[in-house]
Amino acid sequence: MGITRYRWRRILNGFFLSTSVIATFMGIAVLFSILSTVITYGLPALTPALFTKMTPPPGSSGGLLNAIVGSLIITGIGIAVGAPIGVLAGTFLAEFGRGKWLTDATRFISDVLLSAPSILIGLFVFQVAVKPVQHFSAWAGALTLAIIAIPVILRTTDDMLRLVPNDLREAGAALGAPQWKIVVNISYRSVRAGIVTGILLAFARISGETAPLLFTALNNQFWSSDVNAPMANLPVVIFQFAMSPYDDWQRLAWAGALLTTAAILGLSVLARILLFSPKERPQ
Amino acid sequence: MTALDTTNNALLQGFRTQQIADRAFRGLTFLCAIIVLLTLGAILVALAWGSLPAFRAFHFDFFTRSVWNPVTVQFGAVAAIYGTLTTSAIAILIGVPVSFGIALFLSELAPLWLRRPIGTAIELLAAVPSIIYGMWGLFVFAPFFSQHYQPWMSAYLGPIPVIGQLFQGPPLGIGIFTAGVILAIMIVPFISSVIRDVFQTVPAVMRESAYSIGCSTWEVVWNILLPYTRTSIIGAIMLGLGRALGETMAVTFVIGNAHKISASLFMPGATISSTIANEFTEAVGDVYYSSLIALGLTLFVVTMAVLTLAKLMLLRLELRLRG
Repeated sequence: MGITRYRWRRILNGFFLSTSVIATFMGIAVLFSILSTVITYGLPALTPALFTKMTPPPGSSGGLLNAIVGSLIITGIGIAVGAPIGVLAGTFLAEFGRGKWLTDATRFISDVLLSAPSILIGLFVFQVAVKPVQHFSAWAGALTLAIIAIPVILRTTDDMLRLVPNDLREAGAALGAPQWKIVVNISYRSVRAGIVTGILLAFARISGETAPLLFTALNNQFWSSDVNAPMANLPVVIFQFAMSPYDDWQRLAWAGALLTTAAILGLSVLARILLFSPKERPQ
Repeated sequence: MTALDTTNNALLQGFRTQQIADRAFRGLTFLCAIIVLLTLGAILVALAWGSLPAFRAFHFDFFTRSVWNPVTVQFGAVAAIYGTLTTSAIAILIGVPVSFGIALFLSELAPLWLRRPIGTAIELLAAVPSIIYGMWGLFVFAPFFSQHYQPWMSAYLGPIPVIGQLFQGPPLGIGIFTAGVILAIMIVPFISSVIRDVFQTVPAVMRESAYSIGCSTWEVVWNILLPYTRTSIIGAIMLGLGRALGETMAVTFVIGNAHKISASLFMPGATISSTIANEFTEAVGDVYYSSLIALGLTLFVVTMAVLTLAKLMLLRLELRLRG
């Protein structure tokens, strides 16, 4: 009886632990499957024409130049708008607003926004920035991406600033520095890597956003640098081309997918290195 | 005497400037925080405003009818809500055990040198954009699934009374079930990283005392770690659910986009988000537009409720982690 119960416990233990190993293995296998798919389909389509030609009409060859540039412009503006707001709001939460209900409320709302479906943010911007002016625009797309980026940046800034020891701030205050100088020259400086990481992560996050751009920046088959008009961007082009029946378009979609994935995973890894290296260096 | 006065004035002047700069900086950060605070409310108001024409046209019927017909301008949300809930339920049923297994491996089993690389690999899964999941799902997973697993599932699970219906039908590859599986893969990194963090907050003393009375690793996990971290784990699951409910592009690729409720999970369907993504730019007429926005409003209310609950349950964990 005792032996059988012991054996049963060992079997149970072995079963669950091996299931856990299998689960981890499956997760990694999926990651490799995705990466290898993107590389095997994307690499052959990676030609110089990709970076020199515009997106083609169906049935002819072309490149992704306008989409790549459009994506850079839209995400660039998105980060340029989102980063200051996110960093400053995070600064308020961590430096000025300690112990206030407003701080807790903002932190809570920001965390909910962080996980909110991006498609709803797209609908929101459509309602306030597309519908009233009756046309899609790169501005609207950038605004959407900024709203998606803000909670990411706010969260990391807030978390990082709260790691700054109060002694440092007090040392600054004791020298007679005004508060803004303490924040800028002491707090920001000591967690610079962390804040930059947050911005990089936000950049990675918004580079792949597709759904909200469908109703804001839309798409443009031609070259356009007018931010007040619809603008081509990689995610929407990938979506449109991948779902199409044309071989040329599908090839371009895979090439775009490879570019986007490489950029995003590269940024994520870079962010990780930035975040972890200062902590590990002293060890 | 006068010389002293001027220096004093200069000092005072410098002090004033700094005071103004201080106030300006503080005001600026405050303004940014307020912007963030108001965003969520603004989204709610904009969506509610936009869905007014739909509610005026259909009243509460919008939530009880499954018809979705742009030609006759009749819209009901039931089919989309059904698709959203079913795919998310599948995602949770598959994703939670897998996430739990991964968290268990990363926090209890893996040798220390292996934890960083494997943890990073799993977290990179979260960084892969959803459109890539969609393409992978449509071009790799769906054919693989329809060739190797779907016939098998139909043959062996199909004949079971009641639940067998769910697994009958042609092996299309795409459909509600496939969408659920892709969603499961997408939420695994989120859930597993929270569970791993939660496990690490359990004091070592508790683990050690359980091991010292002869518990196996599984028994420590099941009897010590799980009860200790229950609330946070439910919070993590809700967080994953919130993601699954609103996920758009990946689902749009693989769900098949059919506005009907089928008994089988292998048939095409539609979710709230896939409907919006597919039809929004092509919608004509106020009521059509407004119905899509009303779908968005529904999604907003549901996900906000789920995410709020998740946040409340994770609050204790955050307090512990942040100290």
